[in-house]
Amino acid sequence: MARTLYDKLLDTHKICDLPDGDILVYVDFHIMNEYTSPQAFSGLGSKGLSVRQPEAHLAIVDHVNSTQIDEAPDPVSKLLIDNLEANCEKHQIACYGLKDPRQGIEHVVVPEQGIVAPGMLIACGDSHTTTYGALGALGFGIGTSEVEHVLATQTLRYQKLKNMRINVAGQLSAGITAKDIIMHVIRKVGAGAANGYAVEFAGQVIEQLDMAGRMTVCNMAVELGARAALIEADQKTLSAMEGKAHSGRCAFDKEIWQTDIQAVFDREVYIDCKDIEPLVTWGISPDQAVAIGEKLPVLEQMVTDKQQSDFTRAMEYMGLAPGQSIVNVPIDMAFIGSCTNSRIDDLRAAAEVLRGKRVASGVVATVIPGSASTKVQAELEGIDQVFIDAGFDWRPQSGCSMCLAMNDDIAENRERIASSTNRNFEGRQGRGARTHLMSPAMVAAAAVAGKIVDVRLFTQA
Amino acid sequence: MEQVTGVAAPMPQHNVDTDIIMPKRFLRTITREGLADGVFADLRFKEDGSEKPDFVLNQPSWRGASVLVVGDNFGCGSSREHAVWGLRQLGVEAIIGTGYAGIFFDNARKNGLALAILEESQRDELLAKINANPGAQVSVDVVAKMITIGDWKVAFQMDKATRQALLDDRDDTLDTLKLLAEIQTYESALPDNSCVKIIK
Repeated sequence: MARTLYDKLLDTHKICDLPDGDILVYVDFHIMNEYTSPQAFSGLGSKGLSVRQPEAHLAIVDHVNSTQIDEAPDPVSKLLIDNLEANCEKHQIACYGLKDPRQGIEHVVVPEQGIVAPGMLIACGDSHTTTYGALGALGFGIGTSEVEHVLATQTLRYQKLKNMRINVAGQLSAGITAKDIIMHVIRKVGAGAANGYAVEFAGQVIEQLDMAGRMTVCNMAVELGARAALIEADQKTLSAMEGKAHSGRCAFDKEIWQTDIQAVFDREVYIDCKDIEPLVTWGISPDQAVAIGEKLPVLEQMVTDKQQSDFTRAMEYMGLAPGQSIVNVPIDMAFIGSCTNSRIDDLRAAAEVLRGKRVASGVVATVIPGSASTKVQAELEGIDQVFIDAGFDWRPQSGCSMCLAMNDDIAENRERIASSTNRNFEGRQGRGARTHLMSPAMVAAAAVAGKIVDVRLFTQA
Repeated sequence: MEQVTGVAAPMPQHNVDTDIIMPKRFLRTITREGLADGVFADLRFKEDGSEKPDFVLNQPSWRGASVLVVGDNFGCGSSREHAVWGLRQLGVEAIIGTGYAGIFFDNARKNGLALAILEESQRDELLAKINANPGAQVSVDVVAKMITIGDWKVAFQMDKATRQALLDDRDDTLDTLKLLAEIQTYESALPDNSCVKIIK
């Protein structure tokens, strides 16, 4: 019977059926951070359990650490970091701590170290684990109770998802990035529209994306509600796996990691990206976005009372008016970083915009390389100097930082941020802070202009 | 848990994410405890810590609600299980909506928080009823998969495994370890190179 890529991944990892209808699946590799794992380790301790396969786990410090120094910014962060290191020491688990040259944002580090291969099932206590689908692996975000379960059993009790394929077609215009593509998809399909689905991205636009772009697309698929995002493995995938620290240490070659031609999806979605413009979110949900040339929606476009109430609330929170242009909205901060957009490719794209320009006065601009290795590469290419000359704060330490503001980078009430991150939720970057999601190049352009602008005015001048 | 009966509070906003359910400053902990104050903290409390009187759970009719009737896509965003721990510690035992984000859904099941699914029109009807009669008691019966308010009843959806997990209140980790033989059989059939051995 014809199967989707997702079906094949599940079939390969299924251990047995469970009496209640779920299945037990094997977890090839598991990644942890310092804030969603502590209670999992204490759960093991209180039940007297050990870690079943210590070599199939990796812990990385990334969420609470400062990116200004190579240590914890305060005693509570220190407690979380020390606790992770002690738990890993006790259970013989690898831990890439702050002074490790491999440290960084978990979803940047893991592909960079060559730990992802097509056909793997990877779990991590973080919703953006969907990223690994870019390499044809099933990346699955889990909660802390499930972290404990994976540590003790190397398995997950799993409820099979439905299959959705999002076909992305159309010739892209110059200056359109993977971030614009996924933001366009989210805006068209809707936040939560993929709840209960594994989403495969397909079509010419996806095939043409490089690996960094594919990771950006799969990363943000969770904002659609997708628990898993997938892209078929191809020659680019195989090339991306070469020359990494773990290259050749794993091979999952039982299957061809592509969807069978005859396979049937529960839902097929067709998205046209012809002539799309750079996108910017205006609201407090990732699907509240407009193309740079469009006006914000007006109340009359919202059909139900609840939609109207959500719309009004978002406008009020963001301090914007219905029907206004998003262009020229002044910003206070520019932030380039996060597991969505902090890879070397993202830094290069932003540096291209910044070369020879200066950040507008009054704008605080920060860039955080996705990993220590990314930082080294950027410095080799002289990209750090481009950011520094432009007036960006080039951070010495990697981490999630102001993507979720769990460390010492917290925006103030009503501060407006042009951000290359993934979530514009209320309070995400600080209580009352106003986030506008966009591509790294668009953030760079906004930093220079001091307001939201079309990056193509910079790059195509 | 078999049944929850209590005051049901209306929270009709869509896309309520786990950042707003449990803001990040409450995540800086290594235990599961002490999270009740963090639930909806930015909506419940002013910066000085005093209550915002307009927030639904601060209104006399709905204070102490054990059931929430919510908008679409509740629990979206971050995987933080702290959101579910906090809701349980605040006394919330059941949520009624049209659909939930996947990780939140699984976290709820692991912590005895019942997530009931209704059709949109049914959920809206229930919202109208609790708005018209603030403080009304609603019962969520997991055994019969039935919601009752006064003499109005509606069947809700809940998949078999989730319902069974709520009824059993079992420890999944210990339960799965009973299947160690099956896990070992699977592992022994794996080719040598299909297991990453991490470089420390």
